[in-house]
Amino acid sequence: MAYSFPEEVLEHVFSFLASQKDRNAVSLVCKTWYEMERWCRKRIFVGNCYAVNPRIMIRRFPEVKSVELKGKPHFADFNLVPEGWGGCVYPWIVEIARGYPWLEEIRLKRMVVTDESLELISKSFKNFKVLILSSCEGFSTDGLAAIAANCRNLRVLDLRECEVEELSGHWLSHFPDSFTSLESLNMACLSYEVSFSALERLVSRSSNLKTLRLNRNVPIEKLSILLQRAPQLVDFGTGAYSSEIRSDTYSSLAEAFSGCKKLKSLSGFWDVVPAYLPAVYSVCSQLTSLNLSYATTQSPDLSKILGQCHNLQRLVVLDYIEDTGLDTVAMSCKDLRELVVFPSDPFVADANVLLTEQGLVSVSEGCSKLQSVLYFCRQMSNSALISISKNRPNLTCFRCCILEPRAPDYLTFEPLDVGFGSIVENCKQLTRLSMSGLLTDRVFEYIGTHAKKLDMLSIAFAGDSDLGLHHVLSGCESLRKLEIRDCPFGDKALLANTSKLETMRSLWMSSCSVSFGACKLLGQKMPRLNVEVIDERENLDSIAEDAHVEKVYIYRTVSGQRPDMPDFVRTMGKDNHEVYNLS
Amino acid sequence: MASETSCFTTEPPTAPAAAAGGLNFNDTELTLRLPGESRKSGAKRRFSGVTDLKLGENDRSDTECSGVTESPSSKEQVVGWPPVRSHRKNMTKRDCKYVKVAVDGAPYLRKVDLEFYSGYQQLLCAFEDLFSCFTIINVTGDVLNERKLMDPVNGMEYVPTYEDKDGDWMLVGDVPWKMFVESCKRIRLMKNSEAINGSGINHRQLYLFT
Repeated sequence: MAYSFPEEVLEHVFSFLASQKDRNAVSLVCKTWYEMERWCRKRIFVGNCYAVNPRIMIRRFPEVKSVELKGKPHFADFNLVPEGWGGCVYPWIVEIARGYPWLEEIRLKRMVVTDESLELISKSFKNFKVLILSSCEGFSTDGLAAIAANCRNLRVLDLRECEVEELSGHWLSHFPDSFTSLESLNMACLSYEVSFSALERLVSRSSNLKTLRLNRNVPIEKLSILLQRAPQLVDFGTGAYSSEIRSDTYSSLAEAFSGCKKLKSLSGFWDVVPAYLPAVYSVCSQLTSLNLSYATTQSPDLSKILGQCHNLQRLVVLDYIEDTGLDTVAMSCKDLRELVVFPSDPFVADANVLLTEQGLVSVSEGCSKLQSVLYFCRQMSNSALISISKNRPNLTCFRCCILEPRAPDYLTFEPLDVGFGSIVENCKQLTRLSMSGLLTDRVFEYIGTHAKKLDMLSIAFAGDSDLGLHHVLSGCESLRKLEIRDCPFGDKALLANTSKLETMRSLWMSSCSVSFGACKLLGQKMPRLNVEVIDERENLDSIAEDAHVEKVYIYRTVSGQRPDMPDFVRTMGKDNHEVYNLS
Repeated sequence: MASETSCFTTEPPTAPAAAAGGLNFNDTELTLRLPGESRKSGAKRRFSGVTDLKLGENDRSDTECSGVTESPSSKEQVVGWPPVRSHRKNMTKRDCKYVKVAVDGAPYLRKVDLEFYSGYQQLLCAFEDLFSCFTIINVTGDVLNERKLMDPVNGMEYVPTYEDKDGDWMLVGDVPWKMFVESCKRIRLMKNSEAINGSGINHRQLYLFT
């Protein structure tokens, strides 16, 4: 007897499923559920913009309100992807403008976004609400002006670490006086001064404003004005936090901060003058997130603030915090979930600050909820890593970067295999790992054996042979993103694990030992993988099959070769006449 | 340490990453850099004074300039390592260097933080802001030390000069910016008539210092 829930009931049940993973699973149950689910899916996340083309997406999911796309590989953040590689969003915007006229949200990461794209966005979606551009480039303040002028219902404009060509500061003034819906504005990455009066008016009439992240150019003297206009702020980023200390500036600032009863997140603090830091003391106990990574100030000043941040969950700092500052964090920030410590002077071999592995060990001891770590340091030991793993088996993200490549355990001079091995063995929920220091194939054996939940792995200057890579590809069941640079991994491991590559989003290998011949073979064997060799040398056509490629980026796709490859990118092993599959 | 090149045995080094490998750099390795160009700050990494001087018409080739070695405490840089985004690359503390600025005829002095500016042009703009009677004029247009400040009300020209560590009064603009910041003790905007007539400094005499 065929029976099922009426459509309305199914749709209602599905509406509780937020995660894409769950919705994907639901759509595989049966044809009815597939049909139901596709009609009511509202949000789409495409982790690799070249894995699928927009027409396929629009055909399957006609009612989408929110699209998120990622473009360039992660190592593009560190200049390993040459200019012009791709990741241009314009073709997507064209299709989405046609297919989703009621689209409300666009989130892009590591994509090339032109002014043309921004103008098209601003004119195509009448109910457009959210634009988040993360690590994007290719646009200017003209594009921002178009968004400001045309998006009448905009709620979020978030430019996270974008590279913007700044032609003028006037873009902000393009928000019409009738525009009052702004909830979140992040312009921290811009350097030009925007008109302060336009900013003040915008803030004043945006009664729902919750997030305001200013750029460096907004002087400290003006902060109290803005805070007074928006005491409801939850997330605030200052501009340059410096000026000659004046008591009237200080007291207005302190008073303004104390009026922000809902403030939970602080950032900014460029060029900080320590005498102004106490102005934030009144909000410290409210803070759940604090980013002081632009505050080039000493440990004692940092400790004084952190000692009061009892509810802090996320902390981003420079290594100026030193081990002593991290001891304070360990004692005072018992709710800490995420710790990020950036290096202040990454290119100097000698330590300029007293930050060692001890600081991290200390936090791992004191902060029982610590889940996510990104830690740059100059020395590490196996014993420290083992302690950390035993203290915090609940770690989900562990990224440890020892500044000197191939640095051994500084106490024993041994490789750090055992230390990182301990991390993967004890931290059973680990989904992201970045390693550094001296590492042999042994650490990869540990990873392949234990890191069953590992989703993303970053490796540099590590390993001895293909066996290392083979351990990872054959053992890490959940692995979806693997990025490798300067490791002696080559053809054997790749060709022995070809089907694994189709279960992953992508694999990046640069300055390794992968040959042109192997790339060709892989591309021929696996029609649903794009094996893109990135090589800027001339005469690529006459290069020997056994020569090593500079870089290779392998990703699964249902779209065939991409049509926008520059001349230094080749898709290997595919017939030249294969065209971009638009149907 | 020597075995790290095993990655690259079949290939001549191509990318900078291949060449550097991050290790085995020779402390005395010569580097080719433009004079005065330094990615770092801090006394231990300064180049020697020779390469920092602009020597006018003399055409020093790069190889001569590269006779300066880098201090052993700095690293040979591997592309993309360490993995920090470019806007985080140098977060060393910004030092303050406040110097007095006097203008002939003004009743009080001002102070500027030289570390706040990245070049002469910004500094002159700051003077324009501080002493709002001034505008910058270019006499010949290209050579910096021909730029002067002018008071359009009375037509007086002012020449920016500074006292250096040796106590000598110098014309602003001759030496590379960073060298100027390091050696400047205070600044005086001198009336041009004084400068030319010799009660201040003599342009001709100035070139003897360089």
